[in-house]
Amino acid sequence: MPANKITIWKIITIMLALIVVLPLMVVFSGWLQTENMVWDHLAKTVLGDLLANTAWLLLGVGIGVTVLGVGLAWLTTMCEFPGRRFFDWALMLPLAVPAYVMAFVVLGLMDFTGPVQTTLRETFGRGGYWFPEVRSTGGVILVMAMVLYPYVYMLARSSFLTQGNSTVEAARSLGLSAWGAFFRISVPTARPAIVAGLSLALMETLADFGTVAIFNYDTFTTAIYKAWFGLFNLQAASQLASFLLVLAVIALTAERNLRGRAKYHEATRTTRVYRYRLVGWRQWAVLSIASLVLTLAFVLPVIQLASWAWTVLQEDLNSRYWGLLWHTLMLGCMAAILTVAGAITLAFTRRTHDDMAVRSSVNIATLGYALPGSVLAVGIMLTFTSMDNVLVTLLTLVGIEVSGQFLTGTVFALIVAYMVRFLAVAYGPIDSGLGRIRASLAEAARGLGATAAVTMWKIYMPLLRPGLFTAGLLVLVDVMKEMPATMLLRPFGWDTLAVRIYEMTSEGEWERAALPAITLILVGLIPVMVLVRRSAKH
Amino acid sequence: MPGILEIKNIRCGYEGKTIVDDFSLSIRDTTLNCLLGPSGCGKTTVLRAIAGFEPVLKGEIILDGRVISSKTVQVQPEQRGIGMVFQDYALFPHLSVGENVTFGLRKQSSSQQRKVAQEMLELVGLEDCMNRYPHELSGGQQQRIAVARALAPEPPLLLMDEPFSNLDVDLRERLVLDVREILRQRQTTTLFVTHDQNEAFVIGEHVAVMDDGRILQWDLPYNLYHEPANRFVADFIGQGRLIEGVLTSHESVETSLGMLAGNRSYEWPAGTRVDVLLRPDDVLLDVEEGVDCLITDRHFKGAQIMYTLRTPGGDELLSLVPSHLDINTGQKVKVGVDAEHLVVFRQ
Repeated sequence: MPANKITIWKIITIMLALIVVLPLMVVFSGWLQTENMVWDHLAKTVLGDLLANTAWLLLGVGIGVTVLGVGLAWLTTMCEFPGRRFFDWALMLPLAVPAYVMAFVVLGLMDFTGPVQTTLRETFGRGGYWFPEVRSTGGVILVMAMVLYPYVYMLARSSFLTQGNSTVEAARSLGLSAWGAFFRISVPTARPAIVAGLSLALMETLADFGTVAIFNYDTFTTAIYKAWFGLFNLQAASQLASFLLVLAVIALTAERNLRGRAKYHEATRTTRVYRYRLVGWRQWAVLSIASLVLTLAFVLPVIQLASWAWTVLQEDLNSRYWGLLWHTLMLGCMAAILTVAGAITLAFTRRTHDDMAVRSSVNIATLGYALPGSVLAVGIMLTFTSMDNVLVTLLTLVGIEVSGQFLTGTVFALIVAYMVRFLAVAYGPIDSGLGRIRASLAEAARGLGATAAVTMWKIYMPLLRPGLFTAGLLVLVDVMKEMPATMLLRPFGWDTLAVRIYEMTSEGEWERAALPAITLILVGLIPVMVLVRRSAKH
Repeated sequence: MPGILEIKNIRCGYEGKTIVDDFSLSIRDTTLNCLLGPSGCGKTTVLRAIAGFEPVLKGEIILDGRVISSKTVQVQPEQRGIGMVFQDYALFPHLSVGENVTFGLRKQSSSQQRKVAQEMLELVGLEDCMNRYPHELSGGQQQRIAVARALAPEPPLLLMDEPFSNLDVDLRERLVLDVREILRQRQTTTLFVTHDQNEAFVIGEHVAVMDDGRILQWDLPYNLYHEPANRFVADFIGQGRLIEGVLTSHESVETSLGMLAGNRSYEWPAGTRVDVLLRPDDVLLDVEEGVDCLITDRHFKGAQIMYTLRTPGGDELLSLVPSHLDINTGQKVKVGVDAEHLVVFRQ
């Protein structure tokens, strides 16, 4: 590659890292200003609880998504049971359900005034039955595990499929039982995929605001929110946010280092998968487990939402609703395009320039996913405000009188926030897609006289298309579900479906939140179905 | 004497599709055996049934006097103690070479494991690779490790499923010889599956030619070549052409190359129309008395040349002769036949 190309790639990569770093520095700058009174107060009162709550949540959700995701993926790829082909794709459907939607559906169903407890009361009388507290640690964990397990499921599934089962059979011919082979061969081989899915789910958990807010479960995100809007204390909010960030960085670094030396090259010749043919009670047990998960995580919530939405359909299905939908889609598409472009740059530069600056830039640029939406929003807002100020000053210096905002409060600011937040989402599939393209292909193209640009366009892009497509769709779905950053950064008149849901659920109006919620699920289903079809060809 | 492995009339497959039916085979201790057949003939299914990955719907499989598979019995693969080498090597990507090789020795002490690993890696000539990972090795090295791993627990029977088919030709030929040497040296009873007859002939002391789920001939390689039991084996093994003829007695056939006779006799009456198998080494060129044939093609192979010829009757022949007999295509040459094993099939 000519020298000037190198600098362009490198500069863009470093700029992407800067776009992520600047808001983070703003967040950390909270420590520079001494607002110790509030901080001491926080430290004495809530910090211990926040840490404990967050730890329990991460532990619970982590175990939940791993068990559900890996277990279900193994059952649908390695075992033959009635309905396997259906569950193979259907178990990805909960990906379309935002956690906060699941949360308010569960509350609406299970709360004291909800249909379940009402029925129990009518049958057994008041106090004649035992019912677990829904707004509890267990409740939050269950809700989040139900909607986040598909991350682990999808990645583990494709890893099990590419593994084939000859290694499992080799292990069994060397004396390992079926379970032994699962734990000692299948799972360790799939570990990078499982850990990648797990880290996505955990970052989502760390950043979640909607679910914990609805459940009144105090974590860093809600504390930041309260510090910001309740105490109007920027510094306390940033300090809390920086704690959260440290946790995310630890998780991420651990994941990246764990892979170590044992690189798992995908088998280029995937042999036929011989599935365990389950018979007798086992096949019905597996069928029940798969049905139960699908029902709880998808079918039941959708039915409940549909029935709620039906009651308000006449009133609420108006031009305002269509406007919300249009804005949500627009924002999603714009963000997806920008984010994928950014992720391609990162992945290419990472491969073509293996130096310290590029490596750390890429590591930094893909950190945004762990940044809670609200904190990110604040960071970006403050960063853009100061950039606006600099611009205004500069323009005034050259004699142009302007007032106001170029970046702050524009759609651009929101899109940048989305990009920062979801670069990691797009980077994953693109990077692994690129990893599958052998270097000799590019060398062959160069040898046949193609320039670097032509090679990129004619060789990499067509081969990368599945990865690009996946990346774009994942970003689209995530942006549409995104709540806190959107609420803070949206320009006037850019309400989205998620914002509407927050407004309605905070007033306990489940029915009126149901229509945007079910819309979000339905639209979110399209990319999920495309993902499903793509994986079916696998 | 019953063999170490007895397969009796097994049937394999799933609902609606029988892959292997009424399949029987007996393997004696310390022998190298081969299942040879085109892809899809069921040879891999037989191997997987022996290893315990494929249930048996009928018949039984007996290892060392113990029924391991039948309609009612299905001993788990890990309790059979049968070694297996896979087509795609199936090395555990997250374990080092040493850990791969000792995987089947988990119940032994770690010092013993180390000793065996060292010994096995020396056996396959990769003693320096103990601490490396599978993806750092070449295909041929990975295959050697796979063999070492399967042999380390000293299995009473080793199964190999097309173990060399992913390697390039040169490497394959060398590795086949190496592996045969190792197996002979360790006197490991082996059942080897392949679609490549060269491999089968090098490794297999006994070779079973399979098609469509059945054994067509179970014999020594020499006999498979010179005395194929039926047309399929004749066609599948080695090169050669069938030419038309008519039986004139139980031992002789009239063909466009004249009267042919060998050391075999056939029960069919004189006048029966038959096809005669002529191998390239049965057909002699430039003989004193023979039939003039046209050379249509010529393939130089170094020490030998393979000629394709057309008889006056229109039959095609192949002839393999030392390469100092150099004749150009389009020329005619006198052709004679020296077929000690006259193989004839009824039309």
